Amino acid sequence: MDVVIANLPLYLEGFAVTLLLLGVSGLGALVLGTIIAAMRISPIATLRGIATVYTEIIRNTPLTLVVLFSVVIVPLLGARVPFLLSGFIALAVYTSPFVAEALRSGINGVPIGQAEAARSLGLGFGQSVALVIFPQAFRMTIPPLINVFIALAKNTSVVGGVGFVTELFGVGRTLANAHGNAVIAILIGVAFFYLVVTVPLGFLATQLERKWVVQR
Amino acid sequence: MSGSSVLFDAPGPRARRLSTILSWVSGVLVLGAVAWGIMVLNAPRESGGITLPGMFDPSRWDILADPEFWNFVIFTGVWNTLRAALVAAVLAVALGVVLSLLRSSPIGWIRIPTAVLIEFFRGMPVLLMMLFILLVAGTGQYWAVVAALAVYNGALIGEALRAGLVALPRGQREAALSVGMRPLQSKMLVEFPQAFRQMLPIIVAQLVVLLKDTSLGYIVGYQELLRVTLNNLGSFYGNRYLFTLWCVAFILYLAMNLSLSWFARWLGRRGDHRYHPGKAGPAPDDPSQALLVADAKAAARESESATRL
Repeated sequence: MDVVIANLPLYLEGFAVTLLLLGVSGLGALVLGTIIAAMRISPIATLRGIATVYTEIIRNTPLTLVVLFSVVIVPLLGARVPFLLSGFIALAVYTSPFVAEALRSGINGVPIGQAEAARSLGLGFGQSVALVIFPQAFRMTIPPLINVFIALAKNTSVVGGVGFVTELFGVGRTLANAHGNAVIAILIGVAFFYLVVTVPLGFLATQLERKWVVQR
Repeated sequence: MSGSSVLFDAPGPRARRLSTILSWVSGVLVLGAVAWGIMVLNAPRESGGITLPGMFDPSRWDILADPEFWNFVIFTGVWNTLRAALVAAVLAVALGVVLSLLRSSPIGWIRIPTAVLIEFFRGMPVLLMMLFILLVAGTGQYWAVVAALAVYNGALIGEALRAGLVALPRGQREAALSVGMRPLQSKMLVEFPQAFRQMLPIIVAQLVVLLKDTSLGYIVGYQELLRVTLNNLGSFYGNRYLFTLWCVAFILYLAMNLSLSWFARWLGRRGDHRYHPGKAGPAPDDPSQALLVADAKAAARESESATRL
């Protein structure tokens, strides 16, 4: 326990990097995911096909493989990228199909009568999506999106594990190697910081989803 | 709103032509980008006065003709990955069954600690659990990977099964009790089999995640596919082959995961037709999302029946 308290600044530093990874790659994943989701519902067949193939491939690739690509293979190709940046990119790319699916399932969750009503009032594609479908879909996508971010928060540990970014997991590993007699306390300390992020978010997602299920 | 064609008019000749043209243009653009990427990869590059061959140069791919290479990749890498995934999957399902039964126990002393335990395991990164088991229990890498995957996925499967139990129509339990079954008998013989069957697609989708997560074994030093290719063979054949080795690992993972995901989807479709005729929902591609919905439904149902009492 003493080791944890003595190294609290290190923990907080690692936690800050974890939060940074979560924030930046979360934003990146949101942007990428929105583009993919838009491609998947677009009337242009090629874009739909590309988005589907992208989703299938990324979703069936382990995160470790993606992170290794950006940390080991990309520098081999001659690009000099700081590790933190390649961590951001790997996490954003890996998370984007999950974001896209969450958005798409939200759009699919809007009853078809809404679209029919909008269309029968004479609204066009853009109008019915922007004014009728999206505002309703938005609410339904919040809980799944929170869920995606919980997974992302846990996945940041892979970047620390593979790469050379000292976030929470990296800090824990270094400390555990340095203090062999207090491994349990050190790792429980690390777990605590992860749980601080994931458990409240999980409760929030379930509460929101519950409200939404009842409303339906 | 699955038929999104409602969103736009049935395309007339002009719109169809436009859509075809845009289709072709975007297709050509993407193909061009891919071709450009391949050209960049294939271009020889100067590095400190030495010209390195391009990524698709035969000198980087000749190891693929070596039977010893495949022997090692398949019988050590793929085998170790599948072995860990299989054992972890069996243990995870078993643990999930036990946790779901404890979690839905009528006795608070059993139910509440189980709920806390499940939340604890769900909120932690699997990787941290692997490291914990490796360092604290000192089990060796194989059991660290298997145990961590079993505990984490067991907690998720347990939560899914509990949600399935809660979501069952109450008449099932009432009928079982009224024909003279004891509460435990009703749970084991009537409710649980139905919940398991309904949650099977979610469970199989979770097992796809489990198979993917065996690659975390790379970080704790377990000799699975990724470590065998990128690490062992990478240092044996040299850095020159790293890109090739990465591609081999990528293709093998895709083959394994895609076949399992297709199986999960097929199972989801089949189950839907059989047990909810006419209500074939989409198969759960992302088990954590399916679990979220199931959880929320269960919670809503619980509070509903609590107000009714």
